[in-house]
Amino acid sequence: MTWSEMQPLLSQACSETFDMVLWSTLIAVVVGLPLGLLLVLTDRGGLLQNVVANKVIGQIVNVGRSLPFIILMVALMSFTRWVTGTTIGTAAAVVPLAIGGIPFFARLVETAVREVDGGLVEAVQSMGGNTWTIVRKVLVPESLPSLIASTTTTVIALIGYSAMAGTVGGGGLGDLAVRYGYQRFETELMWITVAILAVVISLIQFAGDFAARALHRRGGRSGPAPRLRFLKAAEPDPAEAGKAA
Amino acid sequence: MITTSGLTKVYRSRGREVTALDGVDLHVREGEVYGVIGQSGAGKSSLIRCVNLLERPTSGTVTVAGQDLTALAGRGPRAGKELRQARSRIGMVFQHFNLLSSRTVQDNVELPLEILGVSGKERSRKALALLDLVGLADKAKSYPAQLSGGQKQRVGIARALAGDPKVLLSDEATSALDPETTRSILQLLRDLNQQLGLTVLLITHEMDVVKSVCDSAALMEKGRIVESGTVSELLATPGSELAAALFPLSGERTGAERTVVDVTFHGEAATRPVISQLSRTYNIDISILGAAIDTVGGLQIGRMRIELPGRYEDNVVPIGFLREQGLQIDVVGQEAVLVKEGAK
Ligand SMILES: Nc1ncnc2c1ncn2[C@@H]1O[C@H](COP(=O)(O)OP(=O)(O)OP(=O)(O)O)[C@@H](O)[C@H]1O
Ligand SMILES: [Mg+2]
Repeated sequence: MTWSEMQPLLSQACSETFDMVLWSTLIAVVVGLPLGLLLVLTDRGGLLQNVVANKVIGQIVNVGRSLPFIILMVALMSFTRWVTGTTIGTAAAVVPLAIGGIPFFARLVETAVREVDGGLVEAVQSMGGNTWTIVRKVLVPESLPSLIASTTTTVIALIGYSAMAGTVGGGGLGDLAVRYGYQRFETELMWITVAILAVVISLIQFAGDFAARALHRRGGRSGPAPRLRFLKAAEPDPAEAGKAA
Repeated sequence: MITTSGLTKVYRSRGREVTALDGVDLHVREGEVYGVIGQSGAGKSSLIRCVNLLERPTSGTVTVAGQDLTALAGRGPRAGKELRQARSRIGMVFQHFNLLSSRTVQDNVELPLEILGVSGKERSRKALALLDLVGLADKAKSYPAQLSGGQKQRVGIARALAGDPKVLLSDEATSALDPETTRSILQLLRDLNQQLGLTVLLITHEMDVVKSVCDSAALMEKGRIVESGTVSELLATPGSELAAALFPLSGERTGAERTVVDVTFHGEAATRPVISQLSRTYNIDISILGAAIDTVGGLQIGRMRIELPGRYEDNVVPIGFLREQGLQIDVVGQEAVLVKEGAK
């Protein structure tokens, strides 16, 4: 295969992957952010304490998080058809991607928002602020660097999922690599897609880290900026730990 | 200005009950600085958090500026509109400042005004005026992380004043600061109290804080107020723990056959040569074991620990003489006698 043969295939695959990831990320963020906030707010001792709601949302998020994406995709076939009228194509792939991304992002939001100092919430309460004010003026802005890092993590995870979704007719880079590289032994094309994915993921990671750090610095905060959530979640932030002590 | 009556707070967690407040009656007059002091776990924070209903009292009432806040609270855990409005007229300052790190100093001060729905121009005018008042006009565009602890607390105070409160609550506002900075913050609170007529309720575990700024004080122990009053009232109360803690006197009895007496002078008595009169009149040798002089709320207060030869029974007459001079006398190690005499 020559480069002139590969080029249109690659550019189409790239734009398909871009579409899938863009739309599914948007939906995951738009739905996952309120869900993550609700997980914190409805928890015991939270501003909107509601044990039942908390359990229900928590359970849905857990199941959505732990289900392997490929199974989620197959299981959602009929739902996807109901929403988009088809089960193949980029639009159809966005449905399971978004639904897989929502609980993923919601958990990350929950972790990020929990790290906000409760004293700040109390300060705004003492000024007469209501719950909505607290969400808008404290919880979201104060966890913004972490939320940006969480979005980066979600985009990268969705790029991975999109490769799987592509094989079921969604197209994109993953599909291209499988169809040509695996089924037709076009090894060269496969390596090019691998390289493109590696570069794209690195760029996204870099941009996300940069944005999170810039925001973090703007606040003049010391201590490490939030990076990839799933790598760092277990480690307590030394700056936060110091504050608590 | 602030009155609590029969305030109790019981925390229930995992079946365990902790009574943090056990029938607290507090009365803070308009325009005074009122200090609540007590050991860790005495319930001081619970008390101040109950005043603006950040913590729901289990029973009892809280009245601030004539408004019964407990009646506004409603039943649910969330604060209704009326309670939130009442809170916006009560400023609060915190030990750990609680400034939003994502906002500049000026934006932090503007936050309460945003909540009150004040327009943008008016907000920044007011925020800058308040920053000027607390001496931080040049830091308006800085972020909290770029400030020292004392500066952060000044921002916290400016923010607490943004809603033009009549009452300021302060929970250990100086506990995270060094002694020098503590003094400057206390001075600021005192100035605000005098310039704006602000009523200040402050919680502390440092006697020095009470001594330097408070008009009145209360001592808390195990959820109760065990002593309270204006500082001069407390000093005039025989056996007052707060008075003793405010003006500690040291000096041990030098022998068995001796009587140790703590003498407190205030007002006019402080200027008379009482001790030398005593010595001359009864022809006794008096040794001074310890003495302290301080200014409390603009009044000079002196305390002195003296030792007279002989046992208490031998010294009833000279001690009576001292009492007649309008001095407050505490005979050290004679609690029983003291109580009996107090009952008379
Ligand atoms: N949210 C809570 N849940 C359960 N118990 C609590 C809670 N807050 C306070 N307590 C308990 O209530 C008691 C009084 O606490 P409080 O914080 O009012 O004391 P404090 O006088 O402010 O102490 P410190 O000087 O250490 O701040 C303590 O025994 C504490 O353990
Ligand atoms: Mg406390």
